[in-house]
Amino acid sequence: MRLSRRRRARIVRAVQYLVLAAVACVAGLLADWPTIGHTFFDPALIRQTLVHGLGLALWHTVAYTVGAFVLGMVAGTLLALMRLSSIGPYRWLATAYIEFFRGLPALVVFIAFSLLPLAFPSLSIPFDPYGTVWLALGIVGSAYMAETIRAGIQAVPKGQIEAARSLGMTPAQTMRHVALPQAFRIMIPPLTNELIMLIKDSSLVFIVGLSASDFDLTKFGRASANANVNITPLVVAGLGYLAITLPLSILVRRMEARTARTR
Amino acid sequence: MTACSTQVVELRGVGKSFAGTPVLADIDFAVERSEVVCVIGPSGSGKSTLLRCINLLEQPDQGTVAVLDQELTDPDCDIDSARRRIGMVFQQFNLFPLHTALENCALAPRTVLGMNRREARERARAELDRVGLGDQIASYPAHLSGGQQQRVAIARALAMAPELMLFDEPTSALDPELVGDVLASIRQLAVAGMTLIIVTHEMAFAREIADRVIFMDGGRIVESGPPEAVIDAPRQSRTQTFLQRITDRAPSPG
Ligand SMILES: Nc1ncnc2c1ncn2[C@@H]1O[C@H](COP(=O)(O)OP(=O)(O)OP(=O)(O)O)[C@@H](O)[C@H]1O
Ligand SMILES: [Mg+2]
Repeated sequence: MRLSRRRRARIVRAVQYLVLAAVACVAGLLADWPTIGHTFFDPALIRQTLVHGLGLALWHTVAYTVGAFVLGMVAGTLLALMRLSSIGPYRWLATAYIEFFRGLPALVVFIAFSLLPLAFPSLSIPFDPYGTVWLALGIVGSAYMAETIRAGIQAVPKGQIEAARSLGMTPAQTMRHVALPQAFRIMIPPLTNELIMLIKDSSLVFIVGLSASDFDLTKFGRASANANVNITPLVVAGLGYLAITLPLSILVRRMEARTARTR
Repeated sequence: MTACSTQVVELRGVGKSFAGTPVLADIDFAVERSEVVCVIGPSGSGKSTLLRCINLLEQPDQGTVAVLDQELTDPDCDIDSARRRIGMVFQQFNLFPLHTALENCALAPRTVLGMNRREARERARAELDRVGLGDQIASYPAHLSGGQQQRVAIARALAMAPELMLFDEPTSALDPELVGDVLASIRQLAVAGMTLIIVTHEMAFAREIADRVIFMDGGRIVESGPPEAVIDAPRQSRTQTFLQRITDRAPSPG
């Protein structure tokens, strides 16, 4: 009985490997390797992309995302506290905001922002283009982050709040010194996912209109791919995203492991 | 607190229901300064709820709660400042997990009493010394035994220099061999003349330390008196049944 189960498991695993190998073979046989090589991985273009502009584009993507993330965190925390407020209108406002912007594709928010100057010609958002990008991306992020932060606050055990209140701390002091620090600890993994999502959503900034000197990774890759009639720059730009997101994932996994140890 | 009054806690006609189910009914309960009161009774009889009404972690539906001559049930009462004078120790310790033992004890003195960092730490260190944990100040709660955690929780409450301490089954979550140190810390407070209200199942401890024992059942105080009366010669049949069951279950009291 036990032996047959183990043998069955081994057979299932062997079949899974076979399927994988078959798919790889078919793909390998069908693909046009020389064309793939020079349209996706042209060595000369790789070098040119790396030397000319990739660093700056990478920096812009980071700057757009980090600014938006900070803005989203501040607004998200505020929205989360509003959602948990005992005052009805605060709750309703926050809920309406969150549901509205979570339900809307980021693309639509960016289009709306690109039309803003048309609607309000006198309106000028400071730090152009950073201000506009941070606002648009931050608004998208804040709606998601608010829900993550709210869930994090609610995951703090009730006994923690009661201990703080029984010492005479006000609700605000309890939130600041006891609940929020623990909530943020709980929220590190989901917030990182949101940061990674923001990094990817930052590829939509071209919609608000950027001059060439402000291009982010995607826009830079596309412009360069169009100019060279070759996909290689876009592939390099894609690797640029991974260069940001992969270390981030690893860092977070380390932090999680460390907190798991102190618990 | 006026100098002439010796009443520390006074509950009058306190009632509390959860979702329509009465948990406390018409409780009259008073505690004198330096008195040690142990609360005993079966599970669900309302002991915790009674204790939590005293610092208003639960808001009573009826009646009034006065602590140190301040009526806490008065809607105009500043409950946060009133709670500074009422220490509370929980069954599950509820230490702040991201703070060291020292920081656990220094946090409220700093934020609530407005002490500077050094003052608060000195105060915290003194209280940890008092419960015998002067060598554990840098430890995080997760690295302490249950008994040590509970003593940090006691030190944390004491760091606010309260005039009254509430204990809700302080040793119920502990392994038997760790109970003694926690009880010793509480005993020390009793000897020092602190007013204590202790919910406990430790009958031997209650008999030793209490000036008065109250027995609760069904949300009411059924019997109240000195330990030799309530524990050793209970008059109410419900008290007798409860004590019988407890002694049957645990041959060595604890
Ligand atoms: N927050 C709450 N919501 C609903 N019911 C509650 C709540 N707190 C307590 N109760 C109920 O009130 C009753 C009394 O609870 P309480 O915790 O005061 O009893 P207890 O005497 O402390 O019991 P134990 O010895 O188990 O701690 C129980 O039936 C409990 O289920
Ligand atoms: Mg209880």
